Amino acid sequence: MSAQSLITNHQLPITKKIAHYWSLTKPLQSGLLLATGLAGYMSARCPIFNMGTILGLAASLFLAIAGSTVLNMWWDRDIDAKMRRTQKRPTSSGQVSEREVLRLGLVLSILGVGWAVAMGALYGLIVFAGLFFDVVVYSMWLKRRTAWSIVWGGISGAMPILAGRALGLGHIDWIGLILALGVLFWIPTHTLTFSMKFEKDYADACVPTFPSTYGLGVTRATIAISSVLAALAMVLAGYGIGMAWGFLRLLGVLSAGLLMLAVAITFKPSERVNFGLFKYASIYMLAAMILVVIEVI
Amino acid sequence: MPGFGITTMKMSPLDRVLLLLTGILAAYQIAVGMDGFSTFPILAYTISFGVLLIAGLLLIIWGFDVLDSPMVVIVSTIIPLSLSMGLAWQHLASFRTSYLVFAIVGFLAVTLTRSIPTPDKIQTIVLTLVHGIAGMTIFLLPILLALQGKTQPAFALVGVGGALIGIGGLLLSFLKAGKPILSRETIFKALPGLLLLMTICFVAGFKFG
Repeated sequence: MSAQSLITNHQLPITKKIAHYWSLTKPLQSGLLLATGLAGYMSARCPIFNMGTILGLAASLFLAIAGSTVLNMWWDRDIDAKMRRTQKRPTSSGQVSEREVLRLGLVLSILGVGWAVAMGALYGLIVFAGLFFDVVVYSMWLKRRTAWSIVWGGISGAMPILAGRALGLGHIDWIGLILALGVLFWIPTHTLTFSMKFEKDYADACVPTFPSTYGLGVTRATIAISSVLAALAMVLAGYGIGMAWGFLRLLGVLSAGLLMLAVAITFKPSERVNFGLFKYASIYMLAAMILVVIEVI
Repeated sequence: MPGFGITTMKMSPLDRVLLLLTGILAAYQIAVGMDGFSTFPILAYTISFGVLLIAGLLLIIWGFDVLDSPMVVIVSTIIPLSLSMGLAWQHLASFRTSYLVFAIVGFLAVTLTRSIPTPDKIQTIVLTLVHGIAGMTIFLLPILLALQGKTQPAFALVGVGGALIGIGGLLLSFLKAGKPILSRETIFKALPGLLLLMTICFVAGFKFG
């Protein structure tokens, strides 16, 4: 980091600094994963108006997810600086010092996992596993080595919903695993679409991706298959938690939209369809989580 | 704009809100608005409101450009056909089979005339016939049933929704057929509001009728 950027960093007003910290947590992505955790908890039909537990779950999960995101950004700052999409991030642009980012990530992670462990050993273990898979296995170990690293990123992303359900039930059941699979299969629609859209960026940063390793055709087919599997898993999980027939019907309709786009991306690929599937998949997952929550309420 | 030689029309935040509300209402109808119906009408209404829901979401995601897709004619046919099929099944017991045949043949006819090279005149006749019959069924049947006292008066709202969907469907279909009744910009400007109003009429008609 240059002396100039260090000086600039020290001179930053506190509000600006907090804004940088906030952006480091990727609030939208963290928020969506938090929503899956809350939905997982509520899917267990536990007393959902237990505000203490709900707040504890929300806070511990958000801290852990945000912490792992910040640690990832700290580890990947050199890659981010090479990619046009990410080079304006506070970590790669020098707006926040490396040491500061590392401290922030560690503090958030320790607080999140510590709080989770205090709430329940199993819950804490799953939250820790999510953080470990994301930071150590995905980012530190595999991301620069193999395109398959996204599987571990996906497993990590599936942990909040499993953790939430495990906290509600006190144990892991098949529905929790299916819900986690739903999220796991949903994640490639995001990551692979990004890797197609920003293929050159990833190539510049020497990060192996599905498009660079296996080509666009295989990548699109993978997105299509994982979308189908995500939809199947969510419907099966909905059935498993005893979702009312009308809600299942609605979930089926939303899944049909996902399948339709998966077919379109396979047989009539275009950037517009890619983008459509990417956006629709986010809406789908959010809608599925809302359905789980409304159903229980 | 591909196929029209006109520049892209941007979707405003208000348009997106209107479409989102349309989607939420359609979702509500699918999830809880059909309680007590028998299997076939549920299937038919699920198709119509499901297509409406997904079409609304895709419109939000892709903007009005998606309306340039050749699929629009087919999609804008599914909604009135399946909705009218559900109504006919529920309220015109003696016409169930014949209406089912009409719905299937009508859908295939629209799809085929859009998929293989067909003279414009035949495309237009098929489209007008299918939309006309389906639209009139949705428009007239609920109003007649309400007037005859066979349903609650509010069921007539489904007929009002039918009129609106008929207008929307015809505007879009003729636009796609290259014979626009109104300008492209006017249609796109009115579409989100029209879709929401139509869905409100359907949902309220089914709930209170």
